[in-house]
Amino acid sequence: MIEAENVHYSYPSKVEALKGISITIKDGEFVAIMGQNGAGKSTFVKHFNGLLKPSVGTVKIDGVETTKSSVAALARNVGFVFQNPDHQLFSETVEEEISFALKNFGFEPKVIEDRVTWALNLLSLTQYRKTSPFLLSGGERKRVALASVLAWDPNTLILDEPTIGQDHEQKEKLRQFIMQLQTQKKTVVAVTHDVEFVAECNPRVVLMKEGKVVADGVGREILTDPAMLEMSSIVLPQVAQVFIKLSALGLPKDIIDLYEAKALLLKTKERLGR
Amino acid sequence: MALIEIKNLTYTYPGASKPSIHDVTLKIEKGEFVLITGPSGCGKTTLCRCFNGLVPHFYQGEVKGEVTVAGINTLEHHTYEMAKHVGLVFQNPENQLFALSIEKDVAFGLENVGTKREEMRKKVDWALNQTGIYDIRERSPHEISGGQQQRVAIASVLAMEPDIIVLDEPTSFLDPLSAEKIFEVIYRLNKEQGITVILVEHRLDLTAKYTNHLILMDQGTVRCEGDPRDILNSEETRLIGVGIPKATLLYQMLKKEGFNLGDQTPLSSEELADQILEALGQK
Repeated sequence: MIEAENVHYSYPSKVEALKGISITIKDGEFVAIMGQNGAGKSTFVKHFNGLLKPSVGTVKIDGVETTKSSVAALARNVGFVFQNPDHQLFSETVEEEISFALKNFGFEPKVIEDRVTWALNLLSLTQYRKTSPFLLSGGERKRVALASVLAWDPNTLILDEPTIGQDHEQKEKLRQFIMQLQTQKKTVVAVTHDVEFVAECNPRVVLMKEGKVVADGVGREILTDPAMLEMSSIVLPQVAQVFIKLSALGLPKDIIDLYEAKALLLKTKERLGR
Repeated sequence: MALIEIKNLTYTYPGASKPSIHDVTLKIEKGEFVLITGPSGCGKTTLCRCFNGLVPHFYQGEVKGEVTVAGINTLEHHTYEMAKHVGLVFQNPENQLFALSIEKDVAFGLENVGTKREEMRKKVDWALNQTGIYDIRERSPHEISGGQQQRVAIASVLAMEPDIIVLDEPTSFLDPLSAEKIFEVIYRLNKEQGITVILVEHRLDLTAKYTNHLILMDQGTVRCEGDPRDILNSEETRLIGVGIPKATLLYQMLKKEGFNLGDQTPLSSEELADQILEALGQK
């Protein structure tokens, strides 16, 4: 469980990046944090593993204030995947990269071997086991960064732009994996601009603007509110765009799911006798 | 002769066990808006590096075949000779920014080719304005967000007014509205100034509507290319796992159920909504 209470944060340059944020994220929740560039999304989630400590207010992870524990201690429970994988990767092979944290946490060699094999397979990286991460494509490096965190199975996962450089198949795998984590009561917080990905997952959406939370609710409601999205520099998902343009037909506007869209349109066709 | 001609190109990075580009043959005409897509790791970025000679001059490795850009054989001419023809915006903006201020970064290429001061001022300001970073021009490119860095990288390429701009996922760190604004800028440069655009993207929802030449890559080869409407509607594209725009997908799903929306495959929500209204006699 993540509890943020009136969190303010100012960078040493005195720029106030967070201006009083209070939210609670329960175990097993999947939350997408969205908002325009510079809204404070990355700054906010860096508080969840203690990389940043609030200037005012508190952040508690499973009941413990982040100011009362070290980043190293928090890291065991909160895994963080950075936006830019090059800020995170440093090993000579993909295998070493993924096993690094596992060794640090003192896992048995056999467990490390199994976990590395599992993570490589999950993220379609098995063929690159002995390859240098720096020879891989941008999308593949992002997946190595993700694999190295998933491997130690943290209770809470913070993903900063997890879908960058990922093709449709990899995104679908990520979506399914996140759903699976939810059934294990693990918490996933993703900072993302990828509206289509969010529309497919339909998680809780927290919308940030200028260091504050401006909306917090189910994806379907927030992603179909044009005024709210425009204020946050977000474009409507394509299905929602279509339904807003079809409002003259008396169709609901809060549609983001393809199958629901299909059913509604077929029904309308029948109603109009076409 | 086409603006870009690639014949039987095969390229292997130093130390790699297999080629990243395998027997690619391709023609790109002047004024096209080309979109290259395909699974991650399929060779899109490597192909981009061939357009301005970074492959093979910077990356080395083993190359076979021919690459001709604006009449110049890039395998025989250096990257700096290509710079006034081809501007490349990298996937990771940190790899391309280095100056003390944004403005200086944007002016760097122009300084190198000896542009006069007044003219340079005009071109730099124009590029800064086009990308919406004029107000932060005096800040360091290393203090700004990833999204803003991507704008700086694009501005520094725009300032050179190249014949061809190659953009490798240029907006991946940007919020959707900012990304859309950048794509609109690129589209306008393509339409109004005839600059040839080569864009690498996974997010076809945002970009399919701009392109008139779609190239689909898979495992180092070009699997199919041509009119985006034909390609996005083909079975092969679905099988490769390309993220087909939702509007296109919805059109296909409705068609399968006997909802006839006409023969044109839509590439955007506007097109699909129009086709639905038309088919329902609401227009």
